[in-house]
Amino acid sequence: MTVGQSYQHAVRLEDVSMAFGNVVALRNVNFAVGRNEIVGLVGDNGAGKSTLIKIITGVLKPTSGHLYIRDEPIPWTEYSVRLAHAMRIETVYQEKSLGEKQPLWRNFFAGRQITNRWGFIDVRKEKEIANRILLDTIGFRGVGIDADSTVSKLSGGERQGVAIGRAMHFDADLIVLDEPTVALALKEVRKVLDFIERIRTSGRACIYIEHNLAHVHELADRLVVIDRGEIVSDIQKGEMSLHQLTDHLLALQAEKEAVA
Amino acid sequence: MTAVAGGRARPAAAQRSLAARLLATEGVPILLVLIAILAVLMALAPNAFLGWRTYISVLINYQPQIICALGLTLVIAAGEIDLSFPSVITLSSLIFAAFYRFDNVFWLSWLAAGKTPDEIHVLQTQLCWVGVVAALGVGALVGFINGVLVARIGIPSIIATLATAFVWRGMAVFLAAGRQFALRDFNQTDLWQITTGRLFTRFFNGDVVLRKPDGIPIQALVGLALAVLLWFILNRHRFGEALLFIGDNANVARVVGIDVRATRVKLFTLMGALAGLAGMFLTMETENFTTTQGQTSLLVVIAAVFIGGTSIFGGSGTIVGSYIGLLIVVMLQIGMVAMGLGGDVADMVIGVVFVLAVVLHMLVERPGRFKGIGFGNR
Repeated sequence: MTVGQSYQHAVRLEDVSMAFGNVVALRNVNFAVGRNEIVGLVGDNGAGKSTLIKIITGVLKPTSGHLYIRDEPIPWTEYSVRLAHAMRIETVYQEKSLGEKQPLWRNFFAGRQITNRWGFIDVRKEKEIANRILLDTIGFRGVGIDADSTVSKLSGGERQGVAIGRAMHFDADLIVLDEPTVALALKEVRKVLDFIERIRTSGRACIYIEHNLAHVHELADRLVVIDRGEIVSDIQKGEMSLHQLTDHLLALQAEKEAVA
Repeated sequence: MTAVAGGRARPAAAQRSLAARLLATEGVPILLVLIAILAVLMALAPNAFLGWRTYISVLINYQPQIICALGLTLVIAAGEIDLSFPSVITLSSLIFAAFYRFDNVFWLSWLAAGKTPDEIHVLQTQLCWVGVVAALGVGALVGFINGVLVARIGIPSIIATLATAFVWRGMAVFLAAGRQFALRDFNQTDLWQITTGRLFTRFFNGDVVLRKPDGIPIQALVGLALAVLLWFILNRHRFGEALLFIGDNANVARVVGIDVRATRVKLFTLMGALAGLAGMFLTMETENFTTTQGQTSLLVVIAAVFIGGTSIFGGSGTIVGSYIGLLIVVMLQIGMVAMGLGGDVADMVIGVVFVLAVVLHMLVERPGRFKGIGFGNR
């Protein structure tokens, strides 16, 4: 994969539709993220946010449409989570990114282990790097967490920290955050928000899904509103106040209820 | 992210005492249990447990079960189960036996047409090598079919392998035309020498049991080598890590980029091949094929894996535990019989040990799991 410096979009979806049997989850979606842009993805439960994210990260393959990463067309037949990783797209899911019973070092490297040519894992090296990520990137100091700790012993905030630290370590061009602050204490939310700010300053792109409108409104360069599988508005930063944004979403909600 | 609610005390591994670290080492607690059981048995049945013959006999006769327990550890760690391995043992036993006694099965007997007994004997010693390849191949093939049913078609493994268990067993009986037969003079062949032969015979007074010299059976070394190999595969290989993540949570496995379906197919194929190997060793050792060969191993092997400490919920497994777990089950069986108590008592004891072990492992996995369970507090 060439990591060109002269691309316009970190990722772009063109006319993407997705149907699960008879249920249409996405309809002709055109969605792009600029190379150093934080895009907030907003929408009700079931609007299609998760489906969109899973398509971008290679978990799901859409029914139709095209994918471009760093402006290069990528055929769906070749696209996968593994290829997404290789193309430096990282995801932090709400709670589903870590194996509960596995030690942290396995969680950092699952799916891209450091192995010899027969596929045997270099445990010492993985642990060493995992400990470095825990200390330097995430800042776990003096809390009794090391590479051998299992995920089940970590608090919700610590888990999110591990997942984010993993994304940072692997030097992604695009980091996808799927409601990273759900179920976190206020103090920990602040840290996650600071981290998203760091994504911007480090020149990376980010797709940020969040229920809390105040958070996305503060951080995102652009807000994309998705409703019933379609993108209904594309709002630049400063175009709407938080208050106007709330009214806008409530209006959509009212419209939906009127239809139903 | 440094803020930890409540500041729980979590001592790092290095700060714990030597004894605590030793007890946390894979296989040490269960090894202590085995030693304790053996000590009791030595006191209660000294005739059987103070000499070496019982132990040699275990090494000779229980390798098929050990091999299956090792494979099943991977299967259960991945959150699956295989109930068909006893039938795979029967089928691969028949396949192996058929190539040695080709004169005795309807689909190979044409090879014997017009040959003298001496010519048949020469052909036997050559064809049994083909039997090795065929038995392993058939095991892997039926395991692959199990894997496709589970991973591609999506039948839960407990159902899929229960169903195929009928098929493989039926197929074995059909291909044997319902007959059982002996592999006469198999222990005179080169193949016997290098697979099921005896080593260090001069340390065993040159005794001969059942026309075979006493000694360390080669299959025991194969079983041990497999245990080491499978330990490395489960704990140190990309494939084993994929199994652990799938057993932990298949959705997480998918999200981190593990090909869940392909890994499951590989897993069942491996299990089939191991059951094939087990069947082959069973036939080689007993020099016999019967249509119920291997059928009694199901409960013993499953019990061994869970007594050993592999998680009933998937996501973790212990090869060392399964190996020792099987020895515990076997020693209890032999011990009860040696005390004159019979297999019925042995079964009851093993069942109780099984339940106690699972409860203990559940507690170790998540202390406090049973809080709130009991009478009068709901």
